[in-house]
Amino acid sequence: MNAHPAIGPALGQPDASDDGIAKGEVLLKVDNVSLSFGGVKAITDISFDVRKGEIRAIIGPNGAGKTSMLNVVNGFYTPQQGTITFRGVERRAMKPHHAVRQGIARTFQNVALFKGMTTLENIMAGRSVHMHRNVFWQMLWHGPALKEEIEHREKVEEIIDFLEIEHIRRTPVGKLPYGLQKRVELGRALAMEPSLLLLDEPMAGMNLEEKEDMSRFIIDVNQQRGTTIALIEHDMGVVMDLSDRVVVLDYGKKIADGPPDEVKNDQAVIDAYLGVAH
Amino acid sequence: MLYRVAGQFKTSYEADYALFPVRQDAWLLAFILLLAFVVFPMTANEFVFRALLIPVLIYSLAALGLNILTGYAGQLSLGTGAFMGVGAYACYKLVTIFPEMNFVIALAISGLFSATVGMAFGLPSLRIKGFYLAIATLAAQFFLVWLFQKWAWLYNYNTSGAIQVPNIDMFGVTVAGPNATAIVQYYFVLAIVCAITFLAINITRGRIGRIWKSVRDMDIAAELVGINLMKAKLMAFFVSSYIVGIAGALFVFLWRGAAEAALFDIPLSFRVLFIAIIGGLGSILGNYLGAILIVALPVILSTVPRAFGLPISPSMVEHLNIMVVGALIITFLIVEPHGLARYWAIIREKLIIWPFPH
Repeated sequence: MNAHPAIGPALGQPDASDDGIAKGEVLLKVDNVSLSFGGVKAITDISFDVRKGEIRAIIGPNGAGKTSMLNVVNGFYTPQQGTITFRGVERRAMKPHHAVRQGIARTFQNVALFKGMTTLENIMAGRSVHMHRNVFWQMLWHGPALKEEIEHREKVEEIIDFLEIEHIRRTPVGKLPYGLQKRVELGRALAMEPSLLLLDEPMAGMNLEEKEDMSRFIIDVNQQRGTTIALIEHDMGVVMDLSDRVVVLDYGKKIADGPPDEVKNDQAVIDAYLGVAH
Repeated sequence: MLYRVAGQFKTSYEADYALFPVRQDAWLLAFILLLAFVVFPMTANEFVFRALLIPVLIYSLAALGLNILTGYAGQLSLGTGAFMGVGAYACYKLVTIFPEMNFVIALAISGLFSATVGMAFGLPSLRIKGFYLAIATLAAQFFLVWLFQKWAWLYNYNTSGAIQVPNIDMFGVTVAGPNATAIVQYYFVLAIVCAITFLAINITRGRIGRIWKSVRDMDIAAELVGINLMKAKLMAFFVSSYIVGIAGALFVFLWRGAAEAALFDIPLSFRVLFIAIIGGLGSILGNYLGAILIVALPVILSTVPRAFGLPISPSMVEHLNIMVVGALIITFLIVEPHGLARYWAIIREKLIIWPFPH
């Protein structure tokens, strides 16, 4: 399944996320961030950056603080110390829906879809942030609200084509198998047209074929749409093949940062994963 | 065979968004509307209007309002009866202070009052969810009913403490009050219920409906797709209480004719909630099915045994009614939490492929 069939029409667009930052410049900068819950230090003094257009992996053993790091980036947690600079704007405390408006989308480790809604509705919900007709137009439906709905439906259908989930368009997502749910969740995140896409273990619990499919989707999103991606993943093969740069966390601290080959041979990383004799 | 969808192609998204993508559904609706607008008024007598048709429509509307809040936006509320009361008392004050005001406008404005009150009592939803929120809305129920009793200005200092609906004319026809005829009241309620249902369908199938359903299904994920939870929840309380308020005003003005505060107490809230649950949470059609069942049940229980010559006392009917409704609620919560509306959906699915099993 490595040779992926035709790419969806959405990917013809050169860059869906026009945020005024040139490719290769710093898009997201995390400076000296520390986060603790009571006495538990989840993240200690971590700094790293994500450059526009790259695939950045965050890896580390269980409990290293990877997911907490993503939660800090998209505003779900407020760090006690340090700052986040996204697209040149510095901030510490913010609501998640503001982060979305700034262009950060994410998927979850354990699928967080709207189970009672169909695939189409789920992905359309991802476009909420781009839709603006107010409640009075919505009540009338015919006219501007319908026009807006159709405009966005076209964009959503492009994503559905791209992810090859046409056949489950009208299926309530609660009924879908896990691999497809993950794909729908990616679709919902793509519908937000983010400039930074955070993927929390996009391949967790998938078989080899599903992993290959998902990897291809991630690469396509990155290359054709120009979306910057930061992902957490435990499958080292996937991480090393996909990512441009890797940051390694262990016990809430950063222990390595660099290109995959360099990180792979880093003694601290090997110790963290394999354990070290004391 | 009759319900086959094969061959009905859609070539544009606009066609796909039609209210009834399947042609047979549109015919079915046309048939129901024909019944409601022509056949029933021609055949029904005073008893059928007052005991069945009008209350079914009004309860459907109240359940529709609650369903938007609980079924679509996932916010449990036990204050429906009190919000109906706000609509009724607001409408009463409006028509007594401004007797020359058009009654439809008075209704629309009284909806605004209940919507504002509902939104205020919806504020706790920003912090608490589920059963805890239900308890918080119970506060509305107790406080508002107390207010209806104690604030004499609300019922114009009547010695009885009740509101009496005056005769209200609209374009020369008496629509409410002692002089109004049942058929006029029926048409009036029917027109308003149809209009609000149409608007509610539109709201729930578009962007705002999706936002509400996202909040219901997983509020954290909803926030992370850029939905402002506070706005979404308060809007649900506003729209829901607006519809509930209008239902409350219709309840008193077009059906009961008089009301005192106790009418809007918890039993009313529960009755509307039962209609929504039996009919189906998260569905528009379900409200009608639930209301038909709940309103018709006591009538059936009292008339059917008598038709067979069995003597049945009114208190027996009432007790049987309570037992049957209780059993229905438990059965539905266990067997089909999505209510009667889900049965209709299943029947439809089967009909499409009938006579084949798959």
